[in-house]
Amino acid sequence: MTHHKPTLAVYKFSSCDGCQLSILNMEDELLDIAGALDIAYFLEATRAERPGPYDIAIVEGSITTPHEAERIKEIRRQSKVLIALGTCATAGGIQSLRNFTDAKAYAQTVYDHPEFLHYLDTATPIAEHVPVDMELWGCPVNKGQVLEVISALLNNRRPNLPAYSVCLECKRRGTICVLVDKGIPCIGPATQAGCGAICPANGRGCYGCFGPTRSTNLDSLTNILTKLERTPGETVRLFRGISGYAPTFRETADMLLKEAK
Amino acid sequence: MPSDRSPEIGSTVSIQKHIFNALLEKLKTQGYEVVGPHVENETLVYAPIQKLEDLPRGYVTEQEAGSFRLVYTGHTRYFDVIPGAQSWKQFLFPSHANLFNLKKVNGAWEMETPKPTAPAYAFIGVRGCELAAIQIQDNAFLRSDFTDPIYRVAREKAFILAVNCMHPAGTCFCASMGTGPRVEGDADLTLTELEDVFLLNVGSELGRNILAGLPYESASAFVLNAANRGLERATLQMGRSMDTSDLPDLILNNLDHPHWRAIGERCLSCANCTQVCPTCFCWDATDTLSLDGNQTRRERVWDSCFNPGYSYQAGGNTRPTIHSRYRQWMSHKLGTWKVQYGTFGCTGCGRCITWCPAAIDITVEVADLRKEIR
Amino acid sequence: MAAHAHTHSPASPSERLLEPVWAQVMDITNEAEGISTYWLKFTDPAVEAAYTFEPGQFNMVYLPGYGEAAISISSNPADPTLVGHTIRFVGNVTRAISRLKVGDVVGVRGPFGSYWPMKEMEGHDVIIACGGIGLPPLRPAIYHIMNNREKFGKVYLLYGARTPKDLLYPTEFEEWERAGIQVQVTVDRADEDWQGQVGVVPMLFYRFRMDAPNSVVLTCGPEIMIRFVVYEGLARRVPAEQIYVSLERNMKCGQGSCGHCQLGPYFICKDGPVFRFDALQPYFNVEEF
Repeated sequence: MTHHKPTLAVYKFSSCDGCQLSILNMEDELLDIAGALDIAYFLEATRAERPGPYDIAIVEGSITTPHEAERIKEIRRQSKVLIALGTCATAGGIQSLRNFTDAKAYAQTVYDHPEFLHYLDTATPIAEHVPVDMELWGCPVNKGQVLEVISALLNNRRPNLPAYSVCLECKRRGTICVLVDKGIPCIGPATQAGCGAICPANGRGCYGCFGPTRSTNLDSLTNILTKLERTPGETVRLFRGISGYAPTFRETADMLLKEAK
Repeated sequence: MPSDRSPEIGSTVSIQKHIFNALLEKLKTQGYEVVGPHVENETLVYAPIQKLEDLPRGYVTEQEAGSFRLVYTGHTRYFDVIPGAQSWKQFLFPSHANLFNLKKVNGAWEMETPKPTAPAYAFIGVRGCELAAIQIQDNAFLRSDFTDPIYRVAREKAFILAVNCMHPAGTCFCASMGTGPRVEGDADLTLTELEDVFLLNVGSELGRNILAGLPYESASAFVLNAANRGLERATLQMGRSMDTSDLPDLILNNLDHPHWRAIGERCLSCANCTQVCPTCFCWDATDTLSLDGNQTRRERVWDSCFNPGYSYQAGGNTRPTIHSRYRQWMSHKLGTWKVQYGTFGCTGCGRCITWCPAAIDITVEVADLRKEIR
Repeated sequence: MAAHAHTHSPASPSERLLEPVWAQVMDITNEAEGISTYWLKFTDPAVEAAYTFEPGQFNMVYLPGYGEAAISISSNPADPTLVGHTIRFVGNVTRAISRLKVGDVVGVRGPFGSYWPMKEMEGHDVIIACGGIGLPPLRPAIYHIMNNREKFGKVYLLYGARTPKDLLYPTEFEEWERAGIQVQVTVDRADEDWQGQVGVVPMLFYRFRMDAPNSVVLTCGPEIMIRFVVYEGLARRVPAEQIYVSLERNMKCGQGSCGHCQLGPYFICKDGPVFRFDALQPYFNVEEF
């Protein structure tokens, strides 16, 4: 890049802040980031707010309100490179569960004055609103992957993000397959690696928070999982979770629900 | 003080089971890191063991395609458990290894190459199929024209205590592949567990030294007979079998057969089979570059022909479909491996069958392919 | 001729996994849009003194942090002190190479792989058929023939590119002609200035009379072109044992160890990239193999 340090802006949309926190949690590497980038806008980290345009914008969260839908367009205009950070930003996140139901009905039930609420009927990924240059999945994201993507941008190379399934990562760390060993439903075989296979290593099945792999066989996996269900509908719930609005997971859950009818 | 008495190479001695602790102790004092089967978090792993009681006495494994259960039955044998997902590969060919680090100093790259190191492992309880797998990986990593330094360092120091397999599991077919249940390869010691005693066959000078001074008796004809009968019984108890008489031709002459597509319908391309396979040796190298671009760490990791990126190169992917990846794997194991190294890449250990979430069974697929061709 | 393509067998096993040696970019020749030749000189004189290569072999070129790419050697084997790599900028590593400047340093491992059967070809006619970026791995063979012209019969170069602007080394064609190599060039799409032939490389087989039993065919290029070149050769009764093909796959280790570049029983990095066609025949038409 140029002689000056590239400027960085970090934005939050509808989300829990967890992905931003995983940037702040880096501790050792945070100084390197501050050394390599000029942090111009990052409310979670600093009060400094310098106006754009920015070289790199990192966006956390999904688009759930009319205001957000406008704001993301402005951010896109202000940013050379836009990175969607975390599964809210890449697939809508857990709040995209509203997309499968009637958000109005919930608003009526929960709030005394739902007419004061300004929300969209859906929670959608950033890429449904503006072009995104790079997507980093995870709930939360993996800090190694955040560093890798920033390093790749700074050094003008393709980031080294795995295209394979969680299973490969899981076996590399010596974890015994929970699906085969314990009969625990796990969608690791259809989920992109990058998390470090944390859930199986702690004795639970993967619930797909890093999103679907590009090359996967969801028909076969659903056949396996529906036979392992410990409670009815467990497979649907696995696919319709944090990455539930990601197209292939969404279609899989829809298909299962249709079959169940 | 122990006497200097030690058994001849090739002889078989019998020891009381509790004496095995002294054997482990001796390995440890000689600097070995002793690893063996061990129950941890209610599952079976290969882990450091200190004493005989760390072995999974009383457990059996129930293994079927796509299913593994560790079950406690309370029997009194230490070496009855048929291995789980892990194999000795993880010690000899670690899943992650740092190859070198580079640092830019005054515009030039300085290379720091860590000298490959590994503990002197003592592997306790290596099955015939597993010993065969180690020898198959030797062929891949210790060639006359290229030797893998990371593998070699661990391999040449390893002490191997093999075990004759008396109670094979449901997915075992070592008898078909000629690798078991009797240990056929070179081990330092080969153990056979009977109800009251361990028989130890001495395979090397190293094995002989470990036994030196321990209280042993030469094995009687009676116990040797019992061991032989047990092994004959085990051969008949294989849960699976594979006809290898027409391999590798069956595979290599039918690479275009529609059956591969049928397997591709079920295969998840998750890579589990390759990761649990004790002979799979594929690896990838990755760079981790610092933010300032002045330091990089080059690492080697296990890879798999089921990884969609495995055959990717600028301009396309050689095997974009799942069935083409499965065919690559199986045609290598049972076909081209034989051309490359003179043996099959499969020892009949059954791991790929047990640990396939989709329950794809290599023995069934070979038989089905054969049936469809007729 | 020998049953398999030709490889060196070293006296003792190598133990170098992926550690490169360093080489400096001495010069960069812009060959065509998105393709340049990088002229490398090893920084360690001992490495330079020991380095030799055979026509058809490749090096792994390493850019720290970016990774390695397998690149064939395109320069004169008689002068291995300056190693030429003609590189098309298509991947992560090669695009990073495109940003290198004279004086920059890259990592190199090699040379690796089998090579064109220069010795066995002596006394034969030689047909070199290649397309696009398939010419660079054959240029060392052309140089070798020029260095030893009297040892070979008739020599034809059949070369094609997408457009006249994509032709590599056009300024050398005349010199090759003078050395007794008949150069036939074709392009897929002509431009206003193009006087030559338009069409695909296999078509050039119709442009000359071939003494098939005494001919050796060397080919490299896009897979589809290789298929048709082999077909034209076989159709003219060139024995499969006299057709040599150079293949490309994602070579990673260069030592037949990491597994990536396998094609059937072959590790292309070690048993290839140059194969005698009869060795490839059983696997050549298997889709996605």
